[in-house]
Amino acid sequence: MPKRYHVAVLASPPRFHAIGKYATIEFKEDCAGSCRECVKKKCVYGVFRETHEHALKMIEPEYLYICQSCFRCVQECTKGIFSRVINPAYRNLGNNYWSRDILHRLWYQAHFGKIPVSGAGYRGPFTGKGFDSMWTDMSEIVRPTRDGIHGREYINTSIELSRRNTFLTFAPDGSLDCEPPPILEIPIPVLFQWPENIVKTRSLILSTAMAAVELGTLLFLDPEDFTEALLPYAGNMVFRVNGGDLSRFPPFLQQSRMVEISDGPKLARLVGDLRELRPGLIVAVGVPLTPEAPSTAVRLAEADVDSIHFYATESGYEKHTASPRFLKDCIRSVHLELVNHSLRQKVNLLFSGGIAMAEHMAKAIICGADGVVADTVLPVALECRLCSRCREGLSCPVKLDDIINPQWGKQRIVNLMGAWHSQLLEVMGAMGIREARRIRGEIGRSMHFYELEREIFGPIFGERKVPECA
Amino acid sequence: MEVDAVEQYVLPETRETPSRFRNPIGKYMIVRNDRCTRCGLCATLCPYGVHPEYDAYSRALKPRSHRCIGFSCRQNDFYCIQHCPEKALTLHTNPILETLGDFRWTAEMLIGNWEMAETGRLPLVDLEYTLGCSGGGFDKMRFRHPDPEVYLDLPDEVIDTGIDLNRRRDGRPDKRLSLPCYGGGMSFGSTALSVIVGRARAAKRLNTLTCTGEGGYPAEFIPYADHVITQVATGLFGVREETILFAPVVEFKYAQGAKPGLGGHLLGDKVTPEVAAMRGTVVGNALFSPFPFHSVYSVEDHKKHVDWVKEINPRALVSVKVSTPTDVDMVAVGSYYAGAHIIHIDGSYGGTGAAPDIAKKNIAMPIEYAIPKVHRFLIQEGVRDEICLIASGGIRNAMDVAKAIALGANGVVIGTAELVALECVRCGNCESGRGCARGIATTDPELGSMIAEEWAEQRIVNMYSAWRKQWCSLLRQYGLKSIKELVGRTDLLVHLDYLDEAERAAYAPSPQGPVII
Repeated sequence: MPKRYHVAVLASPPRFHAIGKYATIEFKEDCAGSCRECVKKKCVYGVFRETHEHALKMIEPEYLYICQSCFRCVQECTKGIFSRVINPAYRNLGNNYWSRDILHRLWYQAHFGKIPVSGAGYRGPFTGKGFDSMWTDMSEIVRPTRDGIHGREYINTSIELSRRNTFLTFAPDGSLDCEPPPILEIPIPVLFQWPENIVKTRSLILSTAMAAVELGTLLFLDPEDFTEALLPYAGNMVFRVNGGDLSRFPPFLQQSRMVEISDGPKLARLVGDLRELRPGLIVAVGVPLTPEAPSTAVRLAEADVDSIHFYATESGYEKHTASPRFLKDCIRSVHLELVNHSLRQKVNLLFSGGIAMAEHMAKAIICGADGVVADTVLPVALECRLCSRCREGLSCPVKLDDIINPQWGKQRIVNLMGAWHSQLLEVMGAMGIREARRIRGEIGRSMHFYELEREIFGPIFGERKVPECA
Repeated sequence: MEVDAVEQYVLPETRETPSRFRNPIGKYMIVRNDRCTRCGLCATLCPYGVHPEYDAYSRALKPRSHRCIGFSCRQNDFYCIQHCPEKALTLHTNPILETLGDFRWTAEMLIGNWEMAETGRLPLVDLEYTLGCSGGGFDKMRFRHPDPEVYLDLPDEVIDTGIDLNRRRDGRPDKRLSLPCYGGGMSFGSTALSVIVGRARAAKRLNTLTCTGEGGYPAEFIPYADHVITQVATGLFGVREETILFAPVVEFKYAQGAKPGLGGHLLGDKVTPEVAAMRGTVVGNALFSPFPFHSVYSVEDHKKHVDWVKEINPRALVSVKVSTPTDVDMVAVGSYYAGAHIIHIDGSYGGTGAAPDIAKKNIAMPIEYAIPKVHRFLIQEGVRDEICLIASGGIRNAMDVAKAIALGANGVVIGTAELVALECVRCGNCESGRGCARGIATTDPELGSMIAEEWAEQRIVNMYSAWRKQWCSLLRQYGLKSIKELVGRTDLLVHLDYLDEAERAAYAPSPQGPVII
């Protein structure tokens, strides 16, 4: 029996009440005050029991965080005095990309480690920008295993971060005549990096590092953020170094299996020096995601690096351009450029910025990435509301600027990634694919809004007059 | 106009079937303050029954706000706000609307459905109940402005809204439904018994069908057996020889749109002793329907299944329910060659049962694309006239049904809209703990007793009766006597994104919300 990859999730409640969607209105002048049928006592979910306790403790109201929106309180109140509105704080939660709905779902997954499930059909827009303009395929017959939901453990989600020989050479005696490069594999196609511009403390980094070790993935880290407490986890860290005297690298760096360097004129020499210093070291190059990304990728692949890490903006767009494209299209163009140069098998592509949901991970891989780097979702898993107060030097409403229990922090991140892993299995299971590496660039196993419109609606309605949205 | 001697559709009786709840939700709110002297003038004036009054009860009762037609009433002589001698009444839009509904099912669409289910007629309140805010698909399609010359002045009774399920002419019975839709599979176990039996009773009165889902065949279905489809799904729960023999139609469920390729999952909490007995399983243990059929690897294997059902029940028609992958057209043709009478394609945005959100949003294509794709391919293959194409998954109202048919379906399957008629608010909390707090998708003894079969039956009859009025009205405008003539009439549809700005202005704009999710 092969070893199965398993993420051990464990419910980890939030330390603070999240901003709930609803607030109640009561027209008290009509309330009998002692109604035996009071809907607050009869709530199926016990929402108001907790609200009552909350009021006693005189802390900020949580505005029905756990309300399931069944409307029975509104419809059964004997006096009809009960109504609901959207919590004003909920309206201001998140931003255009990191929407309140995404934040709520991320909090749920970090809390329970479960896939968000609901009934009564889909609730969102027909299509949208970016990743929302594509659907993934399914197969009516082919399955990764013939054992339905129980066979999902055998779906392999691991990816490689090490370079590959594009072909092998053999000596006349049939023995291998080339040096196979070292192999670095991680069991899930997600790596971590703590986002810029969000409060960063030692305990937050420690939580993330512990989660990376438990999940078997890697954490990108600047050497100056390293602390003694991180020493046991150094093997799962990818330090970002910019050259210098490599022989004087601190000892912790010697333990890491992978390092990230910046692009530059001395890149080839730096890569050579690093490999000479540490023959098994995997070398990634971090570059901003710009319109030049495809040609950059070709150049770096020819320079024999192991992985290329493209940094997009927090919302998943290109940098340094007046008309930025979204991650989906950028990944596609980088992937195809490498395919056209017969270099795709050689190098691995990682993308960070804008990865906000499990489906983004799956879709990024379908578009051509090997893996993604989770950044902003990490503080969100630890209850961050993306309120930006920390960017202005103000206190954090969920006290991320204070010391947090790293065990709790680790578990919240593990829970979130456990839920993402399960969702990736759902998508791959539906497609009938049992290797994450096999969906890389498998664009044929996806459907795109504008292609479907052209192919199916074009013959019916003619030419589309509303232009494509980015 | 003289009516030809054609078969007349006998409309089932619609009856006022009020909400189960004390405070129905409406678009408007009427508030009566304490200056009211109970003079009763408002009750006399209002023709919509907003102000109830009982002969032997002198106190003022709470207004039935959900019946109020709102600010458009200002122009009427009976506008209560204006006429109240004490100026004790206030009218305003219900603030709760913002917390109700979503992009696909807006608050107004839900309220419109409830009004139709309550009254059996089209809503009197100014509600946009045929278009959602999703920004694509059905919500961007409109029926082209009709030519007044072709208008047919026919009463509803002689307009044919029926469909034929057996188009193969293979000697099996001609199964004719009086509506272009039937009820989707909802299992005993996922949904309260009174709900599914109520649906079966409504199906009988409407001369249409409902479906067992994959939960077995409760004895309560037997009186309505001619109107109940037996579903054979991958877990084979409750599938027995007699349940195949009962059925006028046997449906093979390969996949469902809400969770394509993922199978089914009934959480342990819902597996009560009754559910376990029906399915032959253990109480409290979660039940999985694996995906797919472990005995089907090919169209030939699939044909073996179809032949098996045909052999057991020589009178049964066979339906094949599949999801909407990129090759849905090939799947449909394969099902035809395997001998199916009905190919049922289930799009990704629908579904009543609990499903992972990632699956509902992302896996497989919306039904709006799948219908014309399959319809076109079946024509190219020369078999379109021999198979009944049924669509489902995100078809929410009468106009969605008509659009689906114009895109190429023969008929549709309805699930969520029937549950909404039973006052589902689409909170989506169908699966967890005791199940639905509103007594619909639950097997909890207390919650499951919130609905009576008769009430459920009448609400569904009312809803479809109102829908039928809309179909008849639409068909008359285009000079069509039968909904069969609408199949594939894409020339009657326009899509707003494919029109110039000036042309687009001639059609109703899409509702803009606000929707906060």
